[in-house]
Amino acid sequence: MTSYQPKEYKSDQTVRWCPGCGDHAVLTVLHKAMAQIGVPPEQIAVISGIGCSSRLPYYMNTYGFHTIHGRGGAVATGVKTARPDLTVWQVAGDGDCLAIGGNHFIHEVRRNVDVNLLLLNNKIYGLTKGQYSPTSARGFVSKSSPYGTTEDPFVPAELTFGARGTFFARSIDVVLDVSQEVMAAAYNHKGCSVVEILQNCMIFNNGIHNRVSDRATRAERTIHLVHGQKMLFGKDNEFGLVQDGFGLKAVTIGEDGYTLDDVLVHDAHCQSNFLHQQLAMMDGDTLPLAIGVIRDVEAPTYETDVAAQVEDVKQKHGFHSLREMILAGDTWQVK
Amino acid sequence: MEQNKVQFRHSIVVRFSGDSGDGMQLAGNIFSNVSAGVGDQISTFPDYPAEVRAPQGTLGGVSGFQVHIGHGVHTPGDECDVLVAMNPAALKQNARFLQRNGVAIIDIDTFRKQDLLKAEYTTDDPYTEIGLKAQVVEVPITSMVKAALDGRGMDPKSVLKCRNMFALGLVCWLFNMPVEQALTFLKHKFARKPEVYEANAIVVRGGYDYGHNIHATVSTYRIKTDDVRPGTYTDVNGNTATAWGLIMASEKSGLTLFLGSYPITPATDILHELAKRRDLGVKACQMEDEIGGICAAIGASFAGNLAVTSTSGPGLALKSEALGLAVMAELPLVLIDVQRGGPSTGLPTKTEQTDLQQALYGRSGECPLVVMAALSPTDCFHSAFEAARIAVEHMTPVILLTDAFIANGSSAWRIPDEDEYPAIHPNRVPDDVAANGSWHAYDRDERGVRYWAVPGTPGLQHRVGGLEKDYTTGALSNNPNNHEHMVRARQQKVDNVALDIPELEVKGNPDADTIIVGWGGTYGHIYTAVEQLNAAGHPIAMAQLRYINPLPRNTREVLSRYKRVIVAELNSGQLARYLRSLMPELPISQINKVQGQPFLVAELVDGIMATTNN
Repeated sequence: MTSYQPKEYKSDQTVRWCPGCGDHAVLTVLHKAMAQIGVPPEQIAVISGIGCSSRLPYYMNTYGFHTIHGRGGAVATGVKTARPDLTVWQVAGDGDCLAIGGNHFIHEVRRNVDVNLLLLNNKIYGLTKGQYSPTSARGFVSKSSPYGTTEDPFVPAELTFGARGTFFARSIDVVLDVSQEVMAAAYNHKGCSVVEILQNCMIFNNGIHNRVSDRATRAERTIHLVHGQKMLFGKDNEFGLVQDGFGLKAVTIGEDGYTLDDVLVHDAHCQSNFLHQQLAMMDGDTLPLAIGVIRDVEAPTYETDVAAQVEDVKQKHGFHSLREMILAGDTWQVK
Repeated sequence: MEQNKVQFRHSIVVRFSGDSGDGMQLAGNIFSNVSAGVGDQISTFPDYPAEVRAPQGTLGGVSGFQVHIGHGVHTPGDECDVLVAMNPAALKQNARFLQRNGVAIIDIDTFRKQDLLKAEYTTDDPYTEIGLKAQVVEVPITSMVKAALDGRGMDPKSVLKCRNMFALGLVCWLFNMPVEQALTFLKHKFARKPEVYEANAIVVRGGYDYGHNIHATVSTYRIKTDDVRPGTYTDVNGNTATAWGLIMASEKSGLTLFLGSYPITPATDILHELAKRRDLGVKACQMEDEIGGICAAIGASFAGNLAVTSTSGPGLALKSEALGLAVMAELPLVLIDVQRGGPSTGLPTKTEQTDLQQALYGRSGECPLVVMAALSPTDCFHSAFEAARIAVEHMTPVILLTDAFIANGSSAWRIPDEDEYPAIHPNRVPDDVAANGSWHAYDRDERGVRYWAVPGTPGLQHRVGGLEKDYTTGALSNNPNNHEHMVRARQQKVDNVALDIPELEVKGNPDADTIIVGWGGTYGHIYTAVEQLNAAGHPIAMAQLRYINPLPRNTREVLSRYKRVIVAELNSGQLARYLRSLMPELPISQINKVQGQPFLVAELVDGIMATTNN
């Protein structure tokens, strides 16, 4: 198998995001992840909607389609269903994916189309210069909510699970190794893989993710989940997650009678999403924010089943041509 | 062009049939009275059983009542357009009166095994057994009547006696008859039994509302083809012919056919037919909404399929932004708009030609695309093929306008031989260009058409999208002069399609002073009217437009030969306005109708006479 370098996935276009934007890091990691995965650039289609992050296809040396606001999911569904042999990536922001594109998003997830969806969540509309988004916290002050919003946000993971998602992973723009790990995992998962990347907008929402992204406190406020491994976090893995009734609790190993044996082992492949949801809803406040692959289960994919059904029906009562099909119906001769 | 004639279908024949105790005569009588009340001529024919009281559900107990309504009605009619059969025995006895491809409305609740036995069926498949060649509408009449009258304390027998009224209500819906008038007749009949009236009224309304809710439609028009070339024929309606024309284009281009769609009356049957055609390799996908439908199609087109989306007027409105994307990305796409009465939800089951301006202009920016219109049910095949051919060979979205009238109307159709249609050539990047690595995404050929580089091809990776691109490099550009250059390039590309379509053909008497111009599905009516006028010694020419944007290249030359140009269309003057904007010198007058109904031939004859006498 040919091996690829990250630069082979990079187009010749000048990247035009603002200096310091989290999108730069995501792009660089994506180039690396694609080289690691090793699918040839011509076998890849990168689809996006509209927004800052949706410019990403222009910076890829793959096939790329920058579509219209919110509709990347529907376009990606068409690409993958038409051509299951292609590897399809989709890039969307929180407004693109969860506001104007909310309907396409939930149905793309429900159908389990094999698309790797990078959801860059900066909790703000950047391209239109600073309005609150569907992931902005209640009370968030922005140009379009000068007195604070009076609505609750979506949690992307919760929406994904509500739409019966089969894969959800999370990373933070500055945590490059985890971003690359979850992108590769998204590729390996057959089905709709939702990867939320918490991304910083320097201009309109600077520092919105600081609580979890800040290098000084990140070890205590995030937990890197890995399938089959104990749920430990902290600089020296001194903390762990344990079951607490129907919920979760963070404990210090060796205190209050908790030992390493009490700490939960992550099972991303569990069909039930009950615990995945608990893990995904942790927000870095009383419980650490979960990064890494939270859920990764197998299920039939839409495009595979469409293609299989076409083959099956063709086998069973297929016709060689339209004419043959029509002639098999009710006809008469005129001489 | 085939010789389509709409034949005297200004009248319809409905046959009500059931057990002699089912009250079919009453339902039929009320229906004919209501029809007379709206100005129709009527002729009725009761068909009683020989036995006064044969056992229920048996062949001997069937009674029928045939109603012929409309204009020029002198007999009860030989064959019926619609047969209402309240049980299997009634269907068996009356199916022979139903014309080929007519509509059979049956009470499916009465088609249980024991009912079939009583009516002497020998198989489980009653339709095949009696050789029924009809569109069967299966309605659970008995159970809906029971539900409608639930809680009124009526005995079961009285409840069942109201079934005829459900059928009456449904037929009133189908033929646009005022249900209130039916109720007035009932009130009169049951003046002394208000509780019976009330129960019947509830059920009549129930039947009417059921028709409304399921968007029940029947085509009451039969388009007959004079042009009987030898060959193998079948019956086809416009929606099916549209689906088949697209499949033919898929075969002729070697591209997989992909449909992204969302259910909408009266276009849904295209989705139904293409969903069935997995047996021919078609990928039909029902998406989450209209926008999803077109966007999935655009994605499939980007990926290299022959991509189609089907809809009606309100859906076209929802798709307009995505159409702009397809124009900007210069990808092939066919959009079928089966026009219905508008605006908004309007008259969802009725026909109109009111989406022309939306198709021509309904997008942001300067956003040219090809607009076509199919002329008849069978022409939907040809027009759909042409729409796909133009889309693929000219890398442009094409809107094909059909309408509820031709979509549901059916006609005998000669099945074309495989070599009657040409191969379609996708505009692939030439090998030498691909090989030397000099290709850019928006390079154009000598016709101004972009090339179609399909994902998976090594060395042709490129990016397209809604943002303006540089004419030469295909990179993002907001250079003012480049933008204007690209606006013109997109327009020129669509204008050049005129070089690749047939010239406008004149029919009727080409030497007349007056030409009548129509477009799309009014062809049969206009053709019939023109034929009648010429036969009566009033010379008149006609031209029917299938290609609207761009127009056939000889359009101006043809129309300028006439002293009068009458534009007839089922809207307030959309084509007339379009032609005036392009050819202000033409002496255009108009015949318009916006009632959700097709033209009547007589209306056209009168309209033309009135105009030419001025």
